[in-house]
Amino acid sequence: MRRAKSRKQEQVKTREELEKYLEKHLKDKVSESVYEESLKVIISAWEKYGLTLEELKSIVENIISRYVKSLVEPGEPVGTVAAQSIGEPSTQMTLRTFHYAGVREFNVTLGLPRLIEIVDARKKPSTAIMEIHLDEEHKYSEEKAREVQRRIETTTIENIARRVNVDPIMGVMIELDASMMQDKGVTVEGVKKTLEKLKLGNVIVDEENPNVIYIQWKQAPDFTKIEKIRVKIMNAKIKGVKGIRKVIIQKKLVPQPDGSELEEYVLVAEGSNLAEVMKIPGVDPRRVFTNNIKEVEEVLGIEAARTAIIREIKDVLDDQGLDVDIRHVMLIADLMTWSGKVKQVGRHGVAGEKPSVIARAAFEMTVQKLAEAAIAGEEDPLVGVTENVIIGQPVPVGTGVVELYMRPSAGQEEKEE
Amino acid sequence: MVKKIGSIKFGILSPDEIRKMSVTVVITPEVYDNDGAPVDGGIMDRRLGAIEPREVCPVCGNTRDHCPGHFGHIELARPVIHVNFVKYIHMYLKATCRHCGRVLLEQREIQLYLDLLSRLEKLGAWHLKRRLIEYVKKKASKQTICPHCGVKQYKIRLEKPYVFYEEREEGVVRLTPIDVRSRLEKIPNDDVRLLGGDPIEARPEWMVLTVLPVPPKAVRPSILLETGIRSEDDLTHKLVDIVRVNNRLREHLESGAPNAIIEEEWELLQYHIATYFDNEVPGISPAKHRSGKTLKGIAQRLKGKEGRFRGHLSGKRVDFSARTVISPDPSLSINEVGVPIDIAKILTVPEKVTPWNIDEMRKLVLNGPERWPGANYIIKPDGRRIDLRFVDRKAVAESLTPGFIIERHLKDGDIVLFNRQPSLHRISVMAHIVRVLPYKTFRLNLLVCPPYNADFDGDEMNLHVPQSEEARAEARILMLVEKHILSPRYGGPIIGGLQDYISGAFLLTAKNTLLTRDDVIDLLGVAGYKGEFPEPAILKPGPYWTGKQLISLFLPKDLNYKRRATIGKAAALACIDEDCPHDSLVIIKNGILLEGVLDKASIGREEPESLLHWLVKEYGEDVAREFMDNVYKMFIRYSEKHGLTLAYDHVVLPKEAMDKVKNIIEEKRREVHELIEKYRRGELEPRPGRTLEETLEEEIIDLLSKRLLDDVAEAITPYFDLKNPVIVMARTGARGNPVNLTQMAALLGQQTIRGRRIVRGYTNRTLPHFRPGDLGPEARGFVKHGFAEGLNPIEMFFHAIAGREGLVDTAVRTSQSGYMQRRLINALQDLRVEYDGTVRLPTGKIVQFRYGEDGVDPMWSDHGKAVKVERVIEKVIGWRT
Repeated sequence: MRRAKSRKQEQVKTREELEKYLEKHLKDKVSESVYEESLKVIISAWEKYGLTLEELKSIVENIISRYVKSLVEPGEPVGTVAAQSIGEPSTQMTLRTFHYAGVREFNVTLGLPRLIEIVDARKKPSTAIMEIHLDEEHKYSEEKAREVQRRIETTTIENIARRVNVDPIMGVMIELDASMMQDKGVTVEGVKKTLEKLKLGNVIVDEENPNVIYIQWKQAPDFTKIEKIRVKIMNAKIKGVKGIRKVIIQKKLVPQPDGSELEEYVLVAEGSNLAEVMKIPGVDPRRVFTNNIKEVEEVLGIEAARTAIIREIKDVLDDQGLDVDIRHVMLIADLMTWSGKVKQVGRHGVAGEKPSVIARAAFEMTVQKLAEAAIAGEEDPLVGVTENVIIGQPVPVGTGVVELYMRPSAGQEEKEE
Repeated sequence: MVKKIGSIKFGILSPDEIRKMSVTVVITPEVYDNDGAPVDGGIMDRRLGAIEPREVCPVCGNTRDHCPGHFGHIELARPVIHVNFVKYIHMYLKATCRHCGRVLLEQREIQLYLDLLSRLEKLGAWHLKRRLIEYVKKKASKQTICPHCGVKQYKIRLEKPYVFYEEREEGVVRLTPIDVRSRLEKIPNDDVRLLGGDPIEARPEWMVLTVLPVPPKAVRPSILLETGIRSEDDLTHKLVDIVRVNNRLREHLESGAPNAIIEEEWELLQYHIATYFDNEVPGISPAKHRSGKTLKGIAQRLKGKEGRFRGHLSGKRVDFSARTVISPDPSLSINEVGVPIDIAKILTVPEKVTPWNIDEMRKLVLNGPERWPGANYIIKPDGRRIDLRFVDRKAVAESLTPGFIIERHLKDGDIVLFNRQPSLHRISVMAHIVRVLPYKTFRLNLLVCPPYNADFDGDEMNLHVPQSEEARAEARILMLVEKHILSPRYGGPIIGGLQDYISGAFLLTAKNTLLTRDDVIDLLGVAGYKGEFPEPAILKPGPYWTGKQLISLFLPKDLNYKRRATIGKAAALACIDEDCPHDSLVIIKNGILLEGVLDKASIGREEPESLLHWLVKEYGEDVAREFMDNVYKMFIRYSEKHGLTLAYDHVVLPKEAMDKVKNIIEEKRREVHELIEKYRRGELEPRPGRTLEETLEEEIIDLLSKRLLDDVAEAITPYFDLKNPVIVMARTGARGNPVNLTQMAALLGQQTIRGRRIVRGYTNRTLPHFRPGDLGPEARGFVKHGFAEGLNPIEMFFHAIAGREGLVDTAVRTSQSGYMQRRLINALQDLRVEYDGTVRLPTGKIVQFRYGEDGVDPMWSDHGKAVKVERVIEKVIGWRT
């Protein structure tokens, strides 16, 4: 007894000894990430407090038992649990909806409406927004960031014109605002080029005042079209990325790949155009974010879309202060994307493409779904939950997946043999 | 449990099949003769099934309990289009030749696609198959000349709801159902397949009806009103109409009536049959009763929330259930539910009589249905059921032998399911153990309110008694309340201390709490302590015990734990290390609470990584449940002993503090006015992307809501301390927060609607008390009084406006989130984890290769992590660190 005790009291002396013990007794018994973490934490605890062999053994045993206990059981209806884990707190969301994101300049849809938008897989979010990080050269100085901002932000004639006169006979007269032009980084030459592209007529810059531009009609337009032409001129894009209306510069702490945080200038844009923004010089194309999931899917592919869905849902939940495990969100994102295309959660997506006729009919558009199944001579394999509830059979999840039958005679037969 | 139904095949009934399954042809619109007997060959023909009591079915010889009902049929004089299939008829007509019936594609192409189709079917790639079919349909519909017979194709136009026109050169020609049907007949089987049809189960021409099935009487029972008048079902009415019009049409045809009349009758028959199937088809007026009420077609029976599918098949009415008002009972275990004795006498549990319980069962039978605990029915081994109300119970009790089943009253220890709507998550239904109690309400422990989201302002809850051994076993093992202390939403306890439990725990464990011998006896008594009486912590001036000592008695002896208490969140009370006067660092070593107060952070609900969480995870649900049943009772007992009440005085500020508050308000008011002045002078700089007005409003809101309240909160904090029960509640996390306190003591602040100041009401002003265009704080819903001081009428009105917004918001959003959840559940419910750790759809398709990427069940995770290694280390060596 005493001998055993003294042996157990033995201290772990060297780091090598500790690592060796862990490799032998812990590795391969838990997942890699758990092992990595254990290694780190145990070593730091050993450095700080020291460990006896007995304590180390107990720690390792505890980790293993805790890990094994935490694993999911086969048959677990993880889908239902995920749906409930997101659906239930969304009823609490109702009271608190804010329309402000981190940027007070832009309104961003948050809370329940945004959540519904994401699971609906809408083509366009009601408020598109981008977060654009800059490359090494541009991210530390406001000046440099401004350069990029100017490249991205759409500038139209409207933004820089003081006056636009459209006369059906005389032609068009545009008076430019010099200070605005400077602010936006636009030259008269650039404006001229834009106007030429409209193909309305000859574009002439006033010789006395370079800030006044005339357009002589190639062909005098109809009176009724004057207003349309005016709008066309006003919205003519001089530069910038299509679809992006406004860009602001923010200074904020950005987590770096190595885990540290660094203060960077970051652009936040209203509107979204992932493909184009990534091409802009000065932008770090690996760190451009948009809340338009459809766009992410088109530009970066389905895996990126999945990540975007997870991020967007998690953002909404976090913003509302709701604690939901990331695994539930991941499952929803996976179900929406596993086919290779982003599909909505609802009758035009996941729920509408179930193999079961009965499940589809029970969900929405009962009569149409039944007619559809009838002409195609469809067969319902009765493998899902709804179908089996409807026909009164055990449901194939949870305890319903177990297909063990008790044969009381079996045990006796064995005994006899 | 063996699966009995393998699959269900859908299709369209062929005329032959309809005739084959029919027991009679319905030929007369008359329903009953003068004596009230059903007419043979009428719509309520006896052969269509027995539905009256003691009626014997002439077809199968069964009474109504066993007669399944039998179909009849109507031979239609002229074919008629089935409204629900119009879309598909149109598609077939467009994609096939008007002359030879082939799909309008080259033979070579047809063969190619057919091969492809078969291969896709074999692969089970049904979404690809669907795309191929769509492609074929589209391509074939575009052809103008048949590649098979060279006949020119015309555009087929569908005039909703069911009329087809062909746009020929000579003009638009109407296609009668006869024309349509003959064209559909010509389509070869393979071509049907190529267009997505099934030539075996659903030949296209079957979509044009020539024979109409008449459903059995059981589907459309007539009801006898109290006045003795028979009232027929909507479908019967509709069928009578159909038979009548059909007969008229036939007569006209036979007598060679003019075409116009025939057309008219035919059209009418089409209308009646269409509305019989679906009375909400757009484009035709719904058929109505004489009273003006629209009739229910077959489609209306099926669809919608109250339709057959959602109303009767997905959700079913059940027996053995009860519902009543709930009320609290802190003396129950969280696993228990108090059931009123009156309910216990109605709900029953079937129990088999065995040699071991026969005496007890006899007693129950003797007690009968009136006396609890008794029994309501017994079922003999031959399956006969005896109602104990009407028999000589003594004799019955005597006759009991093993094998009988007694439906006995609910009694203590039975397992039941307890539920409160809306059932948003699985913990809305949990299994409880019955405690039969007097009075008329269900009783439950207060700690289980949160999962049900229940309170006692009149809430009602439902109770179900599982009737089979399997159901009871599953309920006990999977659904019992203690199995749901941990939430699968996040790894942490969802059941745990709340409100008075938390303030009580704080007061009990506070440093200045000293307990006399009587106190200790009382407290340990409610907790059901059975161990040795603890030694007092203080001997002079007399024996005194601390609250922490009492807690320690119940903690497992190897428990080590260290965490900041909720009160430590406030900077003034924060503790950095063990050496700290505020007692806001909870330290438990070897099961002894050495330091720190217990509050929300340690024993509260929704607190992952808390004392409670580790108790559940490391010592099991039963230990945690006992802790909650016993120790938590001590908390509320102490809160009663100590006295925790909130009086007006507790939220009244001294004059000096009030002055400070008023000064701050005045200062902010001035700032607002300065802003307004600036705006009026046009000096205000607009924020990017905002107009001048918006900028002003935003600045004012910033000033009045956030900054003002922060300043005020800071100013009044020194006037409150932990002796104040309001502060005790707010700081420990029991109830309320500093904002509530400010609102009571100082002011309510800016009232908002959708994040803006209140602007609506009269033209350019909110109320007639202000000048038009007044932008000042008071005119736009700023409330400068608190509840303690009282609001003036205008302020009260503004407060009511903002309060109403909240109510409306909740009402509107619940429906939205409810629908979202229904869709989520519907999309995700079939997913399950397989034995190989993958997440799959029931068809075997893999959605995740490993659940959540690491195979960890969130419920058993340490707040999302598989293993929180820090905790393991704390657990093992925490006693010496």
